[in-house]
Amino acid sequence: MTDYSLKVDNISKYFGRRLIFKELAFQINNNGILGISGSNGSGKSTLVKIIAGINSPSSGKVIHSNDNIEIIPEKLHNYLGFVSPYLVLYEEFSALENLQYFSKIRGVKFNTEKISLLLEKFLLNGRQDDLVKTYSSGMKQRLKFIFALMHNPRLIILDEPTSNLDSAGKDVVYQIIEEESSSNIVIIASNEESDLLICKNEIKLEDFKPALSA
Amino acid sequence: MTNKAYALYQKDFHSEMRTRYAVNSLAMFVIVAISVILFSVGNETITQSLTAGLFWVVIFFSAMSGLSRAFVSEEERGTTLALQLVAAPTTIFSGKLFFNIVLVFCMNIVITILYSALFDSFAIKNFGLFIVAFFFGCAGLAIASTIIAAIISKAGAKGTLYPVLSFPILLPLILTSVQLTLMAFDGSTFSDAKFELAIIICYDVIMLTASYLLFDFVWKD
Repeated sequence: MTDYSLKVDNISKYFGRRLIFKELAFQINNNGILGISGSNGSGKSTLVKIIAGINSPSSGKVIHSNDNIEIIPEKLHNYLGFVSPYLVLYEEFSALENLQYFSKIRGVKFNTEKISLLLEKFLLNGRQDDLVKTYSSGMKQRLKFIFALMHNPRLIILDEPTSNLDSAGKDVVYQIIEEESSSNIVIIASNEESDLLICKNEIKLEDFKPALSA
Repeated sequence: MTNKAYALYQKDFHSEMRTRYAVNSLAMFVIVAISVILFSVGNETITQSLTAGLFWVVIFFSAMSGLSRAFVSEEERGTTLALQLVAAPTTIFSGKLFFNIVLVFCMNIVITILYSALFDSFAIKNFGLFIVAFFFGCAGLAIASTIIAAIISKAGAKGTLYPVLSFPILLPLILTSVQLTLMAFDGSTFSDAKFELAIIICYDVIMLTASYLLFDFVWKD
């Protein structure tokens, strides 16, 4: 297992003149669960998108390193798993077709054994050949977890991970998060108390809004 | 990167076969446009320069009706984020470009066959020159359309913005392609057309280089 580190170095984000957060900094190495909390519109999704390299910060930078070598943005997707309510998979394809195409586009071998195991864990076994458009919102959410975990990522970012899930789905998600956090970094952005309870550390975005904290 | 881009092309092709986002609009536009021209012309004999112009007008507007789908459909369905999470921007652009090149060539071959069958004035004397003009014209159209589609996919009024933004960018390509097609009708040699060929090749190279340089900034918010 390689050494993976995520360093968030004094990042600030503005949308126009509106401050989302200011001078946010933390570092996390190798494994563990980090929670990001904040009220609706506080910038949780913005922060996780910046960490994932999808959005840019207004100032500061995010450094991902593997074995002390900085990962270039073009290669970051190989180390990253991401789940969020606004992540949409192809509805015209089946779950298996989606996963096969994403493996090919990512350039990794489609691991049939791992996919079967994940389908079973996320209670989608037997429905993998059905078109995604026939899935319920909870099933789509569980499929997103398979999409995020299929390539063994070192950093798993979960934005509102239990949205649309029933209690059985939530239990599976918490169990997977515990398993993954022993060897990988897991970041959870959520308002749900039960989601934040499993986090070892927590960042409250309200603490990085000078006007509010004053 | 080639394998990953080809996988994205395969995904888009498979998706297109299931949803018919682009093919239907392209086919309908080609049929309607050529029918309108045929009805307008009636029994009149149109000149070769008008035929060459009308040929590229149909190609231009057909491209406008279908090629933006490469990125617009991803944005409309909300699947852009999934793509951002699985591949580097250059892979995405290469895959989308490959898909649009195949689509443009298929569409333009159909338009050429229909023109040859329906217009007497569409008589090519230098077939080699026409093939070269056709190849570089289609390639340029696909490259420019793909990067413009990526730019407008994040905008609100995509449908209006696409032809408006495309027109000034594609104008040098369309004018040169019309000129080369006319020369192929006249039976001009390659040495007669070397200036126009140089323009169209340079256009393609510049557009391709600029597109790859620009795409990183367009793709990420």
